[in-house]
Amino acid sequence: MRWLPDRTVAHLRRVAEWPDLADTKYRLLEELGRGGMGTVYLAEDTVLGRKVALKVISTGAADAETADRMLREARIIARLEHPGIVPVHDAGALPDGRIFYAMKRVEGERLDALAARATLPDRLRVFQRICEAVAFAHAHGVLHRDLKPENVMVGSFGEVLVMDWGVAKLLDAAAERIPGGATEASPSQTAEGTVVGTLSYMAPEQAEARADRIGPQTDVYALGAILYYLLARRPPFEGAAAERRARGEGAVAPASPRRFDPSVPRALEAIVAKAMSADPTGRYASAEELAAEVGRFLAGEHVRAYRERPWERAARIFARYRTPVLLVAAYLLMRTPLILYGRS
Amino acid sequence: MADDTSLPGSGGGRFPATRHSAVLAAQSENVLERERGLSILIDTYWKPAYKYLRIRFGESNADAEDLTQGFFTRAIEKDFFAGYDPDKGSFRTYLRTCLDRFVANEKKAASRLKRSPGAPMLSLDFEGAEGELSRGAPRSGQTTEQYFHDEFVRSLFGLAVERLREECEQRGRDLPYRIFERYELESDPDQPLTYAALAEEFHIPSTQVTNFLAFARREFRRIVLEKLREITSSDREFRDEARTLLGVSE
Repeated sequence: MRWLPDRTVAHLRRVAEWPDLADTKYRLLEELGRGGMGTVYLAEDTVLGRKVALKVISTGAADAETADRMLREARIIARLEHPGIVPVHDAGALPDGRIFYAMKRVEGERLDALAARATLPDRLRVFQRICEAVAFAHAHGVLHRDLKPENVMVGSFGEVLVMDWGVAKLLDAAAERIPGGATEASPSQTAEGTVVGTLSYMAPEQAEARADRIGPQTDVYALGAILYYLLARRPPFEGAAAERRARGEGAVAPASPRRFDPSVPRALEAIVAKAMSADPTGRYASAEELAAEVGRFLAGEHVRAYRERPWERAARIFARYRTPVLLVAAYLLMRTPLILYGRS
Repeated sequence: MADDTSLPGSGGGRFPATRHSAVLAAQSENVLERERGLSILIDTYWKPAYKYLRIRFGESNADAEDLTQGFFTRAIEKDFFAGYDPDKGSFRTYLRTCLDRFVANEKKAASRLKRSPGAPMLSLDFEGAEGELSRGAPRSGQTTEQYFHDEFVRSLFGLAVERLREECEQRGRDLPYRIFERYELESDPDQPLTYAALAEEFHIPSTQVTNFLAFARREFRRIVLEKLREITSSDREFRDEARTLLGVSE
Protein backbone atom coordinates (compact mmCIF):
# COMPACT_ATOMS: atom_id res chain seq x y z
CA MET A 1 0.00 0.00 0.00
CA ARG A 2 1.43 3.37 -1.00
CA TRP A 3 2.16 5.97 1.68
CA LEU A 4 0.29 9.24 1.20
CA PRO A 5 1.86 12.47 2.45
CA ASP A 6 -0.27 14.86 4.52
CA ARG A 7 -1.05 17.24 1.69
CA THR A 8 -2.14 14.38 -0.59
CA VAL A 9 -4.40 13.10 2.19
CA ALA A 10 -5.86 16.60 2.55
CA HIS A 11 -6.33 16.80 -1.20
CA LEU A 12 -8.00 13.38 -1.35
CA ARG A 13 -10.43 14.45 1.38
CA ARG A 14 -11.63 17.18 -0.96
CA VAL A 15 -11.64 14.83 -3.96
CA ALA A 16 -13.79 12.32 -2.05
CA GLU A 17 -16.26 15.08 -1.18
CA TRP A 18 -16.44 16.58 -4.67
CA PRO A 19 -19.80 16.05 -6.30
CA ASP A 20 -20.12 13.67 -9.20
CA LEU A 21 -21.28 15.82 -12.11
CA ALA A 22 -20.93 13.12 -14.78
CA ASP A 23 -23.81 13.22 -17.27
CA THR A 24 -25.01 16.56 -15.94
CA LYS A 25 -24.73 19.90 -17.70
CA TYR A 26 -22.38 21.21 -15.02
CA ARG A 27 -18.62 21.23 -14.92
CA LEU A 28 -16.95 21.61 -11.54
CA LEU A 29 -14.53 24.53 -11.24
CA GLU A 30 -13.71 25.10 -7.58
CA GLU A 31 -14.96 24.98 -4.03
CA LEU A 32 -16.36 28.27 -2.74
CA GLY A 33 -17.31 27.47 0.84
CA ARG A 34 -18.67 24.97 3.32
CA GLY A 35 -21.58 25.11 5.70
CA GLY A 36 -23.42 22.75 8.01
CA MET A 37 -25.72 21.37 5.37
CA GLY A 38 -23.70 21.55 2.21
CA THR A 39 -20.74 22.77 0.24
CA VAL A 40 -21.01 25.47 -2.40
CA TYR A 41 -18.99 24.99 -5.58
CA LEU A 42 -18.36 27.20 -8.54
CA ALA A 43 -19.44 25.33 -11.66
CA GLU A 44 -20.05 26.05 -15.29
CA ASP A 45 -23.42 25.45 -16.84
CA THR A 46 -22.11 24.03 -20.13
CA VAL A 47 -25.45 24.44 -21.94
CA LEU A 48 -25.93 28.12 -21.20
CA GLY A 49 -22.22 28.86 -20.92
CA ARG A 50 -22.43 30.67 -17.61
CA LYS A 51 -20.98 30.18 -14.18
CA VAL A 52 -23.27 29.19 -11.35
CA ALA A 53 -22.97 28.38 -7.67
CA LEU A 54 -23.84 24.76 -6.92
CA LYS A 55 -24.88 23.94 -3.41
CA VAL A 56 -24.43 20.21 -2.84
CA ILE A 57 -25.45 18.35 0.28
CA SER A 58 -22.42 17.21 2.26
CA THR A 59 -21.71 13.50 2.51
CA GLY A 60 -21.73 13.65 6.27
CA ALA A 61 -25.11 15.39 6.25
CA ALA A 62 -26.68 13.21 3.58
CA ASP A 63 -29.60 11.90 5.59
CA ALA A 64 -33.15 12.11 4.35
CA GLU A 65 -34.11 14.97 6.65
CA THR A 66 -31.25 17.20 5.53
CA ALA A 67 -31.88 16.33 1.88
CA ASP A 68 -35.50 17.29 2.35
CA ARG A 69 -34.50 20.51 4.07
CA MET A 70 -32.18 21.44 1.23
CA LEU A 71 -34.82 20.83 -1.40
CA ARG A 72 -37.28 22.92 0.52
CA GLU A 73 -34.72 25.70 0.76
CA ALA A 74 -34.40 25.62 -3.03
CA ARG A 75 -38.16 25.65 -3.48
CA ILE A 76 -38.61 28.52 -1.08
CA ILE A 77 -35.96 30.63 -2.81
CA ALA A 78 -37.38 29.72 -6.22
CA ARG A 79 -40.70 31.29 -5.36
CA LEU A 80 -39.13 34.49 -4.01
CA GLU A 81 -38.39 36.28 -7.26
CA HIS A 82 -36.92 39.52 -6.03
CA PRO A 83 -33.72 41.39 -6.96
CA GLY A 84 -32.62 41.13 -3.33
CA ILE A 85 -32.89 37.34 -3.16
CA VAL A 86 -30.41 35.12 -4.99
CA PRO A 87 -32.31 33.24 -7.74
CA VAL A 88 -32.33 29.45 -8.02
CA HIS A 89 -31.90 28.08 -11.56
CA ASP A 90 -32.12 24.34 -11.06
CA ALA A 91 -32.40 21.60 -8.43
CA GLY A 92 -32.20 17.83 -8.39
CA ALA A 93 -30.10 14.84 -7.45
CA LEU A 94 -26.60 14.18 -8.77
CA PRO A 95 -25.54 10.79 -10.15
CA ASP A 96 -24.05 10.00 -6.72
CA GLY A 97 -27.47 10.54 -5.16
CA ARG A 98 -26.70 13.81 -3.44
CA ILE A 99 -29.23 16.63 -3.58
CA PHE A 100 -28.05 19.90 -5.13
CA TYR A 101 -29.39 23.18 -6.36
CA ALA A 102 -27.85 25.68 -8.73
CA MET A 103 -28.15 29.37 -8.05
CA LYS A 104 -26.80 32.60 -9.42
CA ARG A 105 -23.14 33.06 -8.76
CA VAL A 106 -22.81 36.22 -6.67
CA GLU A 107 -19.60 38.15 -6.98
CA GLY A 108 -18.98 40.77 -4.35
CA GLU A 109 -18.39 40.89 -0.64
CA ARG A 110 -20.23 39.94 2.50
CA LEU A 111 -21.99 42.64 4.44
CA ASP A 112 -19.61 42.31 7.39
CA ALA A 113 -16.67 43.06 5.09
CA LEU A 114 -18.47 46.01 3.53
CA ALA A 115 -19.41 47.40 6.95
CA ALA A 116 -15.75 47.80 7.79
CA ARG A 117 -15.15 50.36 5.04
CA ALA A 118 -18.42 51.89 3.79
CA THR A 119 -19.70 55.32 4.87
CA LEU A 120 -22.69 55.52 7.20
CA PRO A 121 -25.18 56.62 4.49
CA ASP A 122 -23.98 53.80 2.22
CA ARG A 123 -24.35 51.27 5.01
CA LEU A 124 -27.86 52.53 5.72
CA ARG A 125 -28.89 52.37 2.06
CA VAL A 126 -27.68 48.77 1.86
CA PHE A 127 -29.63 48.07 5.03
CA GLN A 128 -32.81 49.44 3.45
CA ARG A 129 -32.36 47.04 0.54
CA ILE A 130 -32.04 44.12 2.96
CA CYS A 131 -35.26 45.22 4.66
CA GLU A 132 -37.01 45.40 1.29
CA ALA A 133 -35.97 41.83 0.38
CA VAL A 134 -37.09 40.54 3.78
CA ALA A 135 -40.37 42.46 3.51
CA PHE A 136 -40.94 40.82 0.12
CA ALA A 137 -40.33 37.37 1.64
CA HIS A 138 -42.73 38.15 4.49
CA ALA A 139 -45.36 39.24 1.97
CA HIS A 140 -44.98 35.78 0.41
CA GLY A 141 -45.31 34.03 3.75
CA VAL A 142 -41.61 33.24 4.31
CA LEU A 143 -39.61 34.04 7.45
CA HIS A 144 -35.82 33.87 7.06
CA ARG A 145 -34.92 33.19 10.74
CA ASP A 146 -31.17 33.43 10.24
CA LEU A 147 -30.56 37.00 9.16
CA LYS A 148 -27.02 38.15 9.91
CA PRO A 149 -24.27 40.08 8.08
CA GLU A 150 -22.64 36.83 6.92
CA ASN A 151 -25.83 35.94 5.05
CA VAL A 152 -25.95 39.14 3.03
CA MET A 153 -23.84 39.66 -0.09
CA VAL A 154 -23.26 43.02 -1.71
CA GLY A 155 -22.49 42.58 -5.39
CA SER A 156 -19.92 44.45 -7.39
CA PHE A 157 -22.68 46.62 -8.92
CA GLY A 158 -24.18 47.46 -5.55
CA GLU A 159 -26.85 44.77 -5.65
CA VAL A 160 -27.78 43.45 -2.23
CA LEU A 161 -28.65 39.76 -1.91
CA VAL A 162 -30.04 37.96 1.11
CA MET A 163 -28.66 34.40 1.16
CA ASP A 164 -28.99 31.13 3.08
CA TRP A 165 -32.67 30.38 3.49
CA GLY A 166 -31.89 26.94 4.97
CA VAL A 167 -33.85 27.45 8.19
CA ALA A 168 -36.63 29.55 6.67
CA LYS A 169 -40.11 29.04 8.04
CA LEU A 170 -43.23 29.16 5.95
CA LEU A 171 -46.32 30.77 7.34
CA ASP A 172 -49.27 28.39 7.15
CA ALA A 173 -50.89 29.85 4.04
CA ALA A 174 -47.57 29.80 2.16
CA ALA A 175 -46.84 26.20 3.17
CA GLU A 176 -49.90 25.05 1.25
CA ARG A 177 -48.40 26.43 -1.94
CA ILE A 178 -44.96 24.75 -1.61
CA PRO A 179 -44.68 21.17 -2.96
CA GLY A 180 -44.38 18.80 -0.01
CA GLY A 181 -44.76 21.83 2.19
CA ALA A 182 -44.67 21.57 5.92
CA THR A 183 -44.16 24.93 7.60
CA GLU A 184 -40.64 24.17 8.73
CA ALA A 185 -37.48 23.44 6.82
CA SER A 186 -37.17 20.11 8.63
CA PRO A 187 -39.42 18.10 10.90
CA SER A 188 -37.03 18.42 13.83
CA GLN A 189 -37.40 22.19 13.68
CA THR A 190 -41.12 21.92 14.20
CA ALA A 191 -40.67 20.78 17.74
CA GLU A 192 -41.18 23.34 20.47
CA GLY A 193 -37.82 23.80 22.17
CA THR A 194 -35.64 23.37 19.07
CA VAL A 195 -33.47 26.43 18.43
CA VAL A 196 -32.47 27.31 14.86
CA GLY A 197 -30.53 30.36 13.68
CA THR A 198 -27.57 32.30 15.05
CA LEU A 199 -27.66 33.29 18.71
CA SER A 200 -25.89 36.65 18.29
CA TYR A 201 -28.66 38.00 16.07
CA MET A 202 -31.59 35.99 17.36
CA ALA A 203 -34.80 37.39 18.82
CA PRO A 204 -35.54 36.24 22.38
CA GLU A 205 -38.65 34.30 21.32
CA GLN A 206 -36.53 32.41 18.76
CA ALA A 207 -33.75 31.74 21.28
CA GLU A 208 -36.38 30.40 23.67
CA ALA A 209 -37.82 28.30 20.81
CA ARG A 210 -41.28 29.75 21.38
CA ALA A 211 -42.70 28.58 18.07
CA ASP A 212 -46.06 30.20 18.80
CA ARG A 213 -44.46 33.67 19.08
CA ILE A 214 -42.27 33.52 15.99
CA GLY A 215 -43.47 35.77 13.19
CA PRO A 216 -42.31 38.61 10.94
CA GLN A 217 -41.26 40.58 14.05
CA THR A 218 -38.70 37.85 14.73
CA ASP A 219 -36.94 38.81 11.49
CA VAL A 220 -37.44 42.50 12.34
CA TYR A 221 -35.41 41.87 15.50
CA ALA A 222 -32.61 40.28 13.44
CA LEU A 223 -32.71 43.23 11.05
CA GLY A 224 -32.30 45.51 14.09
CA ALA A 225 -29.31 43.37 15.10
CA ILE A 226 -27.84 43.77 11.59
CA LEU A 227 -28.33 47.53 11.85
CA TYR A 228 -26.56 47.33 15.21
CA TYR A 229 -23.65 45.58 13.49
CA LEU A 230 -23.54 48.22 10.77
CA LEU A 231 -23.28 50.95 13.41
CA ALA A 232 -21.05 49.32 16.04
CA ARG A 233 -19.23 47.00 13.62
CA ARG A 234 -19.79 44.12 16.02
CA PRO A 235 -22.72 41.83 16.81
CA PRO A 236 -25.08 42.92 19.60
CA PHE A 237 -24.27 39.76 21.57
CA GLU A 238 -21.13 37.66 21.24
CA GLY A 239 -19.94 34.27 22.49
CA ALA A 240 -20.83 33.51 26.09
CA ALA A 241 -23.03 36.63 26.37
CA ALA A 242 -25.17 35.38 23.47
CA GLU A 243 -25.45 31.94 25.09
CA ARG A 244 -26.35 33.42 28.48
CA ARG A 245 -29.04 35.58 26.89
CA ALA A 246 -30.44 32.55 25.04
CA ARG A 247 -30.75 30.78 28.39
CA GLY A 248 -32.59 33.84 29.71
CA GLU A 249 -29.76 34.64 32.11
CA GLY A 250 -28.01 37.63 30.57
CA ALA A 251 -29.01 41.20 29.69
CA VAL A 252 -31.97 41.42 27.33
CA ALA A 253 -30.76 44.60 25.64
CA PRO A 254 -27.29 44.87 24.08
CA ALA A 255 -24.79 47.60 24.98
CA SER A 256 -25.48 50.83 23.12
CA PRO A 257 -23.74 51.00 19.72
CA ARG A 258 -22.58 54.49 20.81
CA ARG A 259 -20.39 52.77 23.38
CA PHE A 260 -18.28 51.41 20.54
CA ASP A 261 -18.66 54.40 18.22
CA PRO A 262 -19.69 57.67 19.93
CA SER A 263 -20.39 59.25 16.54
CA VAL A 264 -23.44 57.02 16.02
CA PRO A 265 -26.47 59.37 15.90
CA ARG A 266 -28.89 58.95 18.78
CA ALA A 267 -31.81 58.64 16.37
CA LEU A 268 -30.23 55.53 14.83
CA GLU A 269 -29.54 54.17 18.29
CA ALA A 270 -33.27 54.59 19.03
CA ILE A 271 -34.19 52.76 15.80
CA VAL A 272 -31.99 49.83 16.81
CA ALA A 273 -33.48 49.79 20.32
CA LYS A 274 -37.04 49.71 18.96
CA ALA A 275 -36.27 47.04 16.34
CA MET A 276 -34.53 44.91 18.99
CA SER A 277 -37.22 45.32 21.63
CA ALA A 278 -37.48 42.14 23.74
CA ASP A 279 -41.25 42.22 23.32
CA PRO A 280 -42.21 41.53 19.68
CA THR A 281 -45.15 43.94 19.93
CA GLY A 282 -42.74 46.75 20.85
CA ARG A 283 -40.85 46.38 17.54
CA TYR A 284 -41.58 47.84 14.13
CA ALA A 285 -44.65 46.14 12.74
CA SER A 286 -42.83 45.15 9.55
CA ALA A 287 -39.49 45.20 7.77
CA GLU A 288 -40.98 47.83 5.45
CA GLU A 289 -41.74 50.08 8.40
CA LEU A 290 -38.17 49.67 9.64
CA ALA A 291 -36.81 50.53 6.17
CA ALA A 292 -39.06 53.60 6.06
CA GLU A 293 -37.80 54.77 9.45
CA VAL A 294 -34.18 54.48 8.28
CA GLY A 295 -35.24 56.32 5.12
CA ARG A 296 -36.56 59.17 7.26
CA PHE A 297 -33.22 59.40 9.01
CA LEU A 298 -31.38 59.50 5.68
CA ALA A 299 -33.72 62.22 4.41
CA GLY A 300 -33.18 64.34 7.54
CA GLU A 301 -36.77 63.85 8.65
CA HIS A 302 -38.06 63.18 12.12
CA VAL A 303 -37.40 59.61 13.27
CA ARG A 304 -40.51 58.40 15.05
CA ALA A 305 -38.69 56.14 17.50
CA TYR A 306 -36.67 59.05 18.86
CA ARG A 307 -37.91 61.95 20.97
CA GLU A 308 -35.70 64.85 19.93
CA ARG A 309 -34.56 67.61 22.22
CA PRO A 310 -35.30 71.14 20.88
CA TRP A 311 -31.72 71.84 19.84
CA GLU A 312 -31.45 68.49 18.13
CA ARG A 313 -34.61 69.25 16.22
CA ALA A 314 -33.18 72.66 15.23
CA ALA A 315 -29.90 71.10 14.15
CA ARG A 316 -31.71 68.47 12.10
CA ILE A 317 -33.92 71.04 10.39
CA PHE A 318 -30.91 73.22 9.77
CA ALA A 319 -29.01 70.28 8.25
CA ARG A 320 -31.96 69.31 6.11
CA TYR A 321 -32.72 72.85 4.86
CA ARG A 322 -29.18 74.14 4.99
CA THR A 323 -29.24 75.98 1.66
CA PRO A 324 -32.54 77.90 2.05
CA VAL A 325 -31.73 78.69 5.69
CA LEU A 326 -28.34 80.10 4.70
CA LEU A 327 -29.89 82.12 1.87
CA VAL A 328 -32.50 83.61 4.21
CA ALA A 329 -29.81 84.35 6.81
CA ALA A 330 -27.61 86.04 4.21
CA TYR A 331 -30.57 88.05 2.98
CA LEU A 332 -31.43 89.15 6.51
CA LEU A 333 -27.82 89.99 7.17
CA MET A 334 -27.74 92.28 4.17
CA ARG A 335 -31.16 93.84 4.83
CA THR A 336 -30.68 94.53 8.55
CA PRO A 337 -28.13 97.42 8.18
CA LEU A 338 -30.27 98.98 5.45
CA ILE A 339 -33.38 98.80 7.64
CA LEU A 340 -31.52 100.20 10.63
CA TYR A 341 -29.94 102.95 8.45
CA GLY A 342 -33.36 103.84 6.98
CA ARG A 343 -34.87 104.20 10.47
CA SER A 344 -32.07 106.43 11.71
CA MET B 1 -38.48 12.53 3.06
CA ALA B 2 -36.11 12.66 0.16
CA ASP B 3 -37.75 9.60 -1.33
CA ASP B 4 -40.96 11.52 -1.60
CA THR B 5 -39.43 13.98 -4.00
CA SER B 6 -40.39 13.99 -7.63
CA LEU B 7 -36.86 15.02 -8.56
CA PRO B 8 -34.72 12.67 -10.61
CA GLY B 9 -31.88 10.73 -9.02
CA SER B 10 -31.38 7.57 -7.14
CA GLY B 11 -30.71 8.11 -3.54
CA GLY B 12 -32.12 11.34 -2.29
CA GLY B 13 -28.69 12.00 -0.84
CA ARG B 14 -28.36 8.75 1.08
CA PHE B 15 -25.82 6.03 0.61
CA PRO B 16 -26.90 2.44 0.73
CA ALA B 17 -24.86 0.04 2.82
CA THR B 18 -23.07 -1.77 0.03
CA ARG B 19 -21.40 -4.26 2.31
CA HIS B 20 -22.07 -5.57 5.75
CA SER B 21 -20.41 -3.63 8.49
CA ALA B 22 -17.09 -5.19 9.46
CA VAL B 23 -17.65 -3.99 13.02
CA LEU B 24 -20.88 -5.98 13.26
CA ALA B 25 -19.27 -8.90 11.44
CA ALA B 26 -16.46 -8.93 14.02
CA GLN B 27 -19.13 -9.42 16.69
CA SER B 28 -20.85 -12.22 14.78
CA GLU B 29 -21.15 -15.77 16.09
CA ASN B 30 -20.46 -17.07 12.59
CA VAL B 31 -16.74 -17.82 12.47
CA LEU B 32 -16.27 -16.98 8.80
CA GLU B 33 -18.17 -13.74 9.15
CA ARG B 34 -16.17 -12.84 12.26
CA GLU B 35 -12.89 -13.53 10.47
CA ARG B 36 -13.94 -11.36 7.54
CA GLY B 37 -14.85 -8.50 9.87
CA LEU B 38 -11.64 -8.77 11.88
CA SER B 39 -9.54 -8.93 8.76
CA ILE B 40 -11.02 -5.64 7.46
CA LEU B 41 -10.61 -3.95 10.83
CA ILE B 42 -7.01 -5.10 11.18
CA ASP B 43 -6.19 -3.97 7.64
CA THR B 44 -7.54 -0.50 8.43
CA TYR B 45 -6.24 -0.03 11.92
CA TRP B 46 -2.97 -1.87 12.40
CA LYS B 47 -0.77 0.90 11.03
CA PRO B 48 -2.43 3.71 12.98
CA ALA B 49 -2.20 1.48 16.06
CA TYR B 50 1.50 0.75 15.54
CA LYS B 51 2.39 4.38 14.94
CA TYR B 52 0.25 5.46 17.89
CA LEU B 53 2.16 3.07 20.15
CA ARG B 54 5.45 4.42 18.90
CA ILE B 55 4.42 8.05 19.41
CA ARG B 56 2.16 7.94 22.45
CA PHE B 57 4.08 5.44 24.55
CA GLY B 58 7.53 6.01 23.04
CA GLU B 59 7.89 2.29 22.44
CA SER B 60 10.87 1.02 20.48
CA ASN B 61 9.96 -0.37 17.09
CA ALA B 62 10.47 -3.95 18.31
CA ASP B 63 8.22 -3.41 21.34
CA ALA B 64 5.62 -1.56 19.28
CA GLU B 65 5.61 -4.45 16.79
CA ASP B 66 5.13 -6.88 19.61
CA LEU B 67 2.36 -4.86 21.20
CA THR B 68 0.57 -4.41 17.87
CA GLN B 69 0.77 -8.13 17.16
CA GLY B 70 -0.30 -8.85 20.71
CA PHE B 71 -3.23 -6.46 20.61
CA PHE B 72 -4.77 -7.72 17.40
CA THR B 73 -4.04 -11.37 18.20
CA ARG B 74 -5.68 -10.93 21.60
CA ALA B 75 -8.59 -9.15 19.91
CA ILE B 76 -9.11 -12.25 17.76
CA GLU B 77 -8.70 -14.68 20.64
CA LYS B 78 -10.71 -12.83 23.25
CA ASP B 79 -13.32 -11.12 21.08
CA PHE B 80 -12.30 -7.65 22.23
CA PHE B 81 -14.51 -6.04 19.68
CA ALA B 82 -17.63 -7.88 20.81
CA GLY B 83 -17.84 -5.39 23.67
CA TYR B 84 -18.27 -2.39 21.40
CA ASP B 85 -21.50 -0.47 22.01
CA PRO B 86 -22.30 1.97 19.17
CA ASP B 87 -24.38 4.12 21.53
CA LYS B 88 -21.25 5.03 23.49
CA GLY B 89 -19.19 6.49 20.64
CA SER B 90 -17.36 5.65 17.45
CA PHE B 91 -15.62 2.33 16.91
CA ARG B 92 -12.39 4.21 16.25
CA THR B 93 -12.48 5.74 19.74
CA TYR B 94 -13.39 2.36 21.24
CA LEU B 95 -10.45 0.68 19.53
CA ARG B 96 -8.05 3.34 20.77
CA THR B 97 -9.38 2.98 24.30
CA CYS B 98 -8.95 -0.82 24.07
CA LEU B 99 -5.42 -0.28 22.86
CA ASP B 100 -4.60 2.07 25.76
CA ARG B 101 -6.02 -0.45 28.22
CA PHE B 102 -4.17 -3.32 26.59
CA VAL B 103 -0.84 -1.49 26.83
CA ALA B 104 -1.47 -0.56 30.47
CA ASN B 105 -2.27 -4.18 31.33
CA GLU B 106 0.71 -5.50 29.43
CA LYS B 107 3.05 -3.14 31.19
CA LYS B 108 1.52 -3.90 34.55
CA ALA B 109 1.83 -7.63 34.13
CA ALA B 110 5.09 -7.36 32.22
CA SER B 111 3.73 -10.18 30.19
CA ARG B 112 4.08 -8.72 26.78
CA LEU B 113 5.66 -11.83 25.41
CA LYS B 114 3.35 -14.26 27.12
CA ARG B 115 0.94 -14.59 24.26
CA SER B 116 -0.76 -17.95 23.96
CA PRO B 117 1.67 -20.45 22.61
CA GLY B 118 0.90 -21.21 19.05
CA ALA B 119 -1.10 -17.97 18.58
CA PRO B 120 -0.98 -17.01 14.90
CA MET B 121 1.40 -14.24 13.93
CA LEU B 122 -0.34 -11.65 11.81
CA SER B 123 1.36 -10.77 8.57
CA LEU B 124 1.97 -7.06 9.05
CA ASP B 125 4.57 -4.97 7.25
CA PHE B 126 6.19 -3.29 10.26
CA GLU B 127 9.25 -2.31 8.27
CA GLY B 128 7.07 -0.34 5.89
CA ALA B 129 5.18 1.25 8.79
CA GLU B 130 8.48 2.25 10.39
CA GLY B 131 9.57 3.86 7.12
CA GLU B 132 6.31 5.81 7.00
CA LEU B 133 6.81 6.91 10.57
CA SER B 134 10.13 8.49 9.70
CA ARG B 135 8.48 10.37 6.80
CA GLY B 136 5.41 11.54 8.70
CA ALA B 137 6.27 12.52 12.26
CA PRO B 138 3.53 14.18 14.35
CA ARG B 139 3.14 17.92 13.80
CA SER B 140 4.00 20.19 16.68
CA GLY B 141 1.01 20.70 18.96
CA GLN B 142 -0.77 17.65 17.55
CA THR B 143 -2.32 15.53 20.30
CA THR B 144 -1.83 11.77 20.22
CA GLU B 145 -5.60 11.34 19.70
CA GLN B 146 -5.43 13.63 16.67
CA TYR B 147 -2.36 11.79 15.45
CA PHE B 148 -4.16 8.45 15.71
CA HIS B 149 -7.12 9.90 13.80
CA ASP B 150 -4.89 11.36 11.06
CA GLU B 151 -3.09 8.04 10.67
CA PHE B 152 -6.44 6.28 10.47
CA VAL B 153 -7.46 8.65 7.63
CA ARG B 154 -4.13 8.04 5.89
CA SER B 155 -4.60 4.28 6.23
CA LEU B 156 -8.19 4.44 4.96
CA PHE B 157 -7.28 6.53 1.92
CA GLY B 158 -4.23 4.36 1.24
CA LEU B 159 -6.44 1.24 1.23
CA ALA B 160 -9.00 3.01 -0.96
CA VAL B 161 -6.33 3.99 -3.49
CA GLU B 162 -5.08 0.41 -3.48
CA ARG B 163 -8.56 -0.97 -4.07
CA LEU B 164 -9.15 1.55 -6.85
CA ARG B 165 -5.98 0.35 -8.57
CA GLU B 166 -6.99 -3.30 -8.22
CA GLU B 167 -10.53 -2.72 -9.47
CA CYS B 168 -9.33 -0.66 -12.45
CA GLU B 169 -6.88 -3.41 -13.35
CA GLN B 170 -9.51 -6.11 -13.04
CA ARG B 171 -11.85 -4.17 -15.33
CA GLY B 172 -9.09 -3.50 -17.83
CA ARG B 173 -9.27 0.21 -17.12
CA ASP B 174 -5.82 0.90 -15.80
CA LEU B 175 -5.45 4.13 -17.79
CA PRO B 176 -8.04 6.03 -15.70
CA TYR B 177 -6.17 4.86 -12.59
CA ARG B 178 -2.81 5.97 -13.98
CA ILE B 179 -4.22 9.40 -14.81
CA PHE B 180 -5.79 9.63 -11.34
CA GLU B 181 -2.49 8.61 -9.80
CA ARG B 182 -0.55 11.16 -11.80
CA TYR B 183 -2.97 14.03 -11.23
CA GLU B 184 -4.33 13.45 -7.73
CA LEU B 185 -1.49 11.60 -6.00
CA GLU B 186 1.75 12.66 -7.63
CA SER B 187 1.30 16.26 -8.72
CA ASP B 188 1.44 19.16 -6.29
CA PRO B 189 -2.17 19.98 -5.26
CA ASP B 190 -1.23 23.66 -5.16
CA GLN B 191 0.19 23.56 -8.68
CA PRO B 192 -1.73 20.80 -10.41
CA LEU B 193 -0.87 19.58 -13.86
CA THR B 194 -3.09 20.87 -16.64
CA TYR B 195 -5.42 18.46 -18.40
CA ALA B 196 -3.65 19.41 -21.64
CA ALA B 197 -0.30 18.31 -20.20
CA LEU B 198 -1.81 15.02 -19.08
CA ALA B 199 -3.39 14.53 -22.50
CA GLU B 200 0.00 14.99 -24.11
CA GLU B 201 1.72 12.70 -21.64
CA PHE B 202 -0.77 9.87 -22.13
CA HIS B 203 -1.40 10.54 -25.83
CA ILE B 204 -5.14 10.96 -25.46
CA PRO B 205 -7.50 13.92 -26.06
CA SER B 206 -8.13 16.37 -23.18
CA THR B 207 -11.80 15.39 -23.07
CA GLN B 208 -10.69 11.84 -22.38
CA VAL B 209 -8.58 13.07 -19.45
CA THR B 210 -11.65 14.85 -18.06
CA ASN B 211 -13.77 11.72 -18.42
CA PHE B 212 -11.15 9.37 -16.98
CA LEU B 213 -10.52 11.64 -14.01
CA ALA B 214 -14.24 12.00 -13.36
CA PHE B 215 -14.59 8.21 -13.50
CA ALA B 216 -11.66 7.55 -11.18
CA ARG B 217 -12.77 10.21 -8.70
CA ARG B 218 -16.28 8.80 -8.65
CA GLU B 219 -14.93 5.30 -8.04
CA PHE B 220 -12.53 6.56 -5.39
CA ARG B 221 -15.37 8.30 -3.60
CA ARG B 222 -17.50 5.14 -3.79
CA ILE B 223 -14.69 3.00 -2.37
CA VAL B 224 -13.97 5.45 0.47
CA LEU B 225 -17.63 5.48 1.44
CA GLU B 226 -17.82 1.69 1.17
CA LYS B 227 -14.79 1.33 3.41
CA LEU B 228 -16.30 3.78 5.84
CA ARG B 229 -19.48 1.72 5.83
CA GLU B 230 -17.42 -1.36 6.56
CA ILE B 231 -15.74 0.06 9.62
CA THR B 232 -18.80 1.67 11.17
CA SER B 233 -21.70 -0.11 12.76
CA SER B 234 -24.66 2.20 12.21
CA ASP B 235 -25.96 4.84 9.84
CA ARG B 236 -25.41 7.49 12.46
CA GLU B 237 -21.80 6.47 13.10
CA PHE B 238 -21.24 6.35 9.35
CA ARG B 239 -22.50 9.93 8.93
CA ASP B 240 -20.49 11.17 11.91
CA GLU B 241 -17.34 9.56 10.54
CA ALA B 242 -18.04 10.87 7.03
CA ARG B 243 -18.46 14.35 8.46
CA THR B 244 -15.15 14.06 10.31
CA LEU B 245 -13.32 12.32 7.50
CA LEU B 246 -14.41 14.67 4.76
CA GLY B 247 -14.00 17.76 6.87
CA VAL B 248 -17.59 18.97 6.77
CA SER B 249 -18.06 21.70 9.33
CA GLU B 250 -21.21 22.19 11.37
